[in-house]
Amino acid sequence: MLQRARVMTSELLNRMSGVDMSALLRSWTLTVFGIIAFVLLWELGASRIDTALGKFPGPQQVWSQTQSLYDDHVREQERRQDFYERQDQRNAERLAANPDAEVQFRDYTGRPTFLDQVKTSLITVAFGFTLAMLVAIPLGIVCGLSNTMYSVVNPVVQVFKPVSPLAWLPLVTMVVSALYVTESPLVSKAFLTSAITVALCCLWPTVINTTVGVASVDKDLINVSRVIQLPALQHVRKIVLPSAIPMIFTGMRLSLATGWMVLIAAEMLAQSPGLGKFIWDEFQNGSSDSLGRIMVAVLAIGLIGFLLDKLMLLLQRRMSWDKTTALR
Amino acid sequence: MRSYLELSNVSIEFTSKNSTFRALDKVNLHVNKGEFVSLIGHSGCGKSTVLNIVAGLYQATEGGVILEGKEIDAPGPDRAVVFQNHALLPWLTVYQNVELAVAQVFKGKRSPSEIRDWILHNLDLVHMTHAMDKYPHEISGGMKQRVGIARGLAMEPKVLLMDEPFGALDALTRAHLQDEVMRIHASLNNTVIMITHDVDEAVLLSDKIVMMTVGPNARIGNILDVALPRPRDRLAMANDTQYNHYRQEVLKFLYGGHSQRELAA
Repeated sequence: MLQRARVMTSELLNRMSGVDMSALLRSWTLTVFGIIAFVLLWELGASRIDTALGKFPGPQQVWSQTQSLYDDHVREQERRQDFYERQDQRNAERLAANPDAEVQFRDYTGRPTFLDQVKTSLITVAFGFTLAMLVAIPLGIVCGLSNTMYSVVNPVVQVFKPVSPLAWLPLVTMVVSALYVTESPLVSKAFLTSAITVALCCLWPTVINTTVGVASVDKDLINVSRVIQLPALQHVRKIVLPSAIPMIFTGMRLSLATGWMVLIAAEMLAQSPGLGKFIWDEFQNGSSDSLGRIMVAVLAIGLIGFLLDKLMLLLQRRMSWDKTTALR
Repeated sequence: MRSYLELSNVSIEFTSKNSTFRALDKVNLHVNKGEFVSLIGHSGCGKSTVLNIVAGLYQATEGGVILEGKEIDAPGPDRAVVFQNHALLPWLTVYQNVELAVAQVFKGKRSPSEIRDWILHNLDLVHMTHAMDKYPHEISGGMKQRVGIARGLAMEPKVLLMDEPFGALDALTRAHLQDEVMRIHASLNNTVIMITHDVDEAVLLSDKIVMMTVGPNARIGNILDVALPRPRDRLAMANDTQYNHYRQEVLKFLYGGHSQRELAA
């Protein structure tokens, strides 16, 4: 009897995992189908649009531009390496001839490639986002805990939330120029300007979501904390933060998505290095390859944005105690 | 003689935008040390409000609560609360949930190993040591409530306050937990105030049943002393004339118009 029950259970389990497998297969098939359909539509549409810079780039052209951008990057890397090797060699020779000779180290001043621009953009958004989170999460916690603070902060948040990054940019630029005056700048002004603009725009979703998350902690849990007389800091750390973690992460994901969008616009307008500048430069350049290259950048921006969100999701899964909710 | 816990003329009013709602009107109650007291009444009669005032979670508008000669004005671990829906922290294991309370209450008074032993002792009391590393969502409703009780007991409260502790459980689990609570009460002899809407539960467990009238302006309608000998066995009680007498008394109060009198007035 027991034996039979066991066999039946294992059969059932097999069938269930079979269902799971076919569901997975189905979702993958649909994903691939979606991509193929998009590429076909793109190809069809692109061949019908004529612009002053030639036809709108189709999938093939974009693919070849992707390769050429990558080749550019490899070539530039080699050049840079050659430059430093030559410099080191020259310096070594000079020191060999005369140990007291003054040697010079110069940075390589080649044009930044597409991948360099991607890297710059990523660093900028990471810096701006971190800066914003350092302000937004504590502010959100305070606003969620205290109605008074909420009433003080909320109107300001509501007014600044809908402000476009482009409106901030001139102000930030001027302020950075005025205040950031050093002999040997650690980071460039352009970098700081875009990072601060990003920070200003991605503050709000996290402030709002953290506030809501903190304010909606289960009343019974708060009563538990009151009965055992947890001190304020412990109360925040042991009761409030774990409760609010899902909402905080929702806010952070919205913030990062906003930040990434804002960054491209800021770089375009401020002419600070990064993907936005790459697009603007290609547009100004106006060669027959330009539109294709811009399309490469567009796809790269989308893909990176998607990966950044996945990264946050992964982080949320690791940090959150609630493994049962489906996170998407 | 002064009683252990005393509620004198406790009234509470809740103020909303443009009206005041008087939930309790001059509630007077004396509870002796080691006594098991049940508060029974229809839902909305303010029994939870009484409990919350004793817990210090609500402040009485008039009157006050005195425990061992000291007035109560804030929540504290000497009046541990067992919540109806267990109120366990979902991100902590069973052990950690009890630990959160024990570590806070006995901070600086007991060594880490003493604290650990004490947590295990209390989990053992409710037969939950086997699941101490499980998370609340991994255990049944009855088990969660056991942990809630263990957490309450572990604070070594002067009064254990239980807010419909078995309300959300099925009948079998409830009977089982009631027996457990009787056993624990017999061995620790702690003072307990329990809210219930279950007549059998009240008669079986209590030394004193406090029957409340329907709110607003809820007050204590009657107090019934249950002089059944302990230990009480639920099977034997079913045919016990005394038990059935107490049961009838409570039923008469609840459904015989006494508790409704305020509504008609």
